[in-house]
Amino acid sequence: MPILSLRNVSKNFGALKVTDDVTFDLDAGQALGIIGPNGAGKSTLFNLITGNIRPNAGQVFLDGVDVTQQSPMDRCRSGVGRSFQIPQPFGHLSVYENLLVAARFGAQLSAAEAEARCMEILRQTGLAASAGKPSGGLSLLSRKRLELARAMATNPRVILLDEIAGGLTEGECGELVDTIKGIHASGTAIIWIEHVLHALTRVVEKLLVLNFGRVLMIGTPAEVMASDQVREIYLGAEA
Amino acid sequence: MTQISNLTQSRSFSFALIALLAVVMALLPFFAPRAVVQDLFMILALTVLALNWNMLAGFAGLVSVGQQAFVGIGAYTAFAGVILYGLDPLTGVLIAGIVAMVLSIPVAFFTFRLNGAYFAIATWVVADILRLAFSQWKAVGGGTGTSLPKGTTKDMLGVQAIKDALDVSSAAAADTMLYWLVLALALVTLVASYMFLRSRMGLGLQAIRDNVNAARSVGVDPLRLKALVFLLTAFGTGICGALIFLQLGRITPNSAFAVTDWTAFVIFIVVIGGIGTLPGPIIGAVVFYILKRLLSDYGSVYLIVLGLIGIAIMLFARRGLWGMLKERTGFDLLPLSHRPPAAVQTTKEGALT
Ligand SMILES: Nc1ncnc2c1ncn2[C@@H]1O[C@H](COP(=O)(O)OP(=O)(O)O)[C@@H](O)[C@H]1O
Ligand SMILES: [Mg+2]
Repeated sequence: MPILSLRNVSKNFGALKVTDDVTFDLDAGQALGIIGPNGAGKSTLFNLITGNIRPNAGQVFLDGVDVTQQSPMDRCRSGVGRSFQIPQPFGHLSVYENLLVAARFGAQLSAAEAEARCMEILRQTGLAASAGKPSGGLSLLSRKRLELARAMATNPRVILLDEIAGGLTEGECGELVDTIKGIHASGTAIIWIEHVLHALTRVVEKLLVLNFGRVLMIGTPAEVMASDQVREIYLGAEA
Repeated sequence: MTQISNLTQSRSFSFALIALLAVVMALLPFFAPRAVVQDLFMILALTVLALNWNMLAGFAGLVSVGQQAFVGIGAYTAFAGVILYGLDPLTGVLIAGIVAMVLSIPVAFFTFRLNGAYFAIATWVVADILRLAFSQWKAVGGGTGTSLPKGTTKDMLGVQAIKDALDVSSAAAADTMLYWLVLALALVTLVASYMFLRSRMGLGLQAIRDNVNAARSVGVDPLRLKALVFLLTAFGTGICGALIFLQLGRITPNSAFAVTDWTAFVIFIVVIGGIGTLPGPIIGAVVFYILKRLLSDYGSVYLIVLGLIGIAIMLFARRGLWGMLKERTGFDLLPLSHRPPAAVQTTKEGALT
């Protein structure tokens, strides 16, 4: 049984159809990349999966259970972790405390377990040196790392990552790919929205192409890259 | 590293300071005149109300202007307990807290549907409806109110012992008893607030305050935490209301449900002291009481001056007097932060070598 399923999910903002009849499955432990031009509805799709917004039609299933009406906190506790494209830190709390909230509530760890787990994640994501700093004062790059780290701290079975590789140097990007590969290797399913294709294709088994809210195609990176339609719409838009 | 060891020091120093202050204040009735004890009673009662309102507005984002509802409910419950059921005032005080907390459930049920200014207005409306409802309660004097039977507080548990020990009048002994009770309430409120804010739930509350959307996405349930704070502060506010009116000895619906005395002044106290900090409400209460004493001869000028000071603080020192002090000196009391554990180890190692 897939860990996450979307069935005919649609969302309108007024007259604008941002998500249009989206259907796909994600198997446990699978890594899926989502690509598509800006405004295609990628981040909205994440919000629909996490429950931050509700669809106008269609259903979202977690482990075969219909969670379409469930709150974001319930879905998080059931194993959906996410990052925000525009970082949303708890600005008055330190980096470490940001993770602590996620570990105590999302992962429901005890105080001692949470401490150890948060420090481990801070080391993995290269934030250990900033642990005690107020998160509101971080650079954009560190904020993006914090988004990843905080999502990891909820101990998800599916982690949703929204454009976390933009603006990284070659070396930093390599480190990020290694971290995400590590998450994948531990059995966590991943959906990763990313414009940095060479990073994405080093992790994901499948790519989903979104355009004007519709699923254009789903396939292996090779299949997707070979498609003329995709080249035209996605790569054309990028170039 | 220095930042971290400062934190530890600050924490132990805070508790030492509070303990010292508590002991000094507890011993005060043995040598201070009765008027001073009465003044301190009022400062402590206002501190308790301010600590509670600060939890609501400063940490849970619930800007209520209807907390006088729980002062009034608490006060009337204690009076009804004593007058109608012959309870010991102390028992009445405890029941007052429980009744205020129970009644806060329906109040939350209605007002939590609203946000921001609408929530604030709704709490005020509820408090005023309660004021009108209590004016209809003939058994406790209706609209004109009532007084405690003579000698009620003098017969209170422990008052005779104080009278004998201090060799003072029954009235002074009763004042001392009520003063000790409100001192204990202030200490419990302060320590409980600190422990709550340092707990898992307090962490969640601070996350909600910073970013509700992100808090939900990491598994925090905002409604549940806010409701919990609303209930707990109603309990503390109700007990405090009961103590205040036992001390005054007389109650009317207008005085017990007074928006100026139990909410407007309390907001002023929290704002000048420093909203969202624990020392803030304490400092605010002391400053407010001194201003009140200094300006009491000038009638309504007093209110104008308070207003001007409040506006000045909001414009030029948004974190209040305590925030300003903290910024200037880098010194903190009762810090709420959680230290990263690895950093603690490094500090210890550093200290050893
Ligand atoms: N809350 C909202 N209200 C109205 N329009 C929105 C909202 N969120 C997103 N949109 C619109 O929906 C479209 C898709 O947005 P988004 O999902 O962020 O795209 P992507 O992540 O693919 O760049 C955009 O045109 C955006 O302006
Ligand atoms: Mg986006």
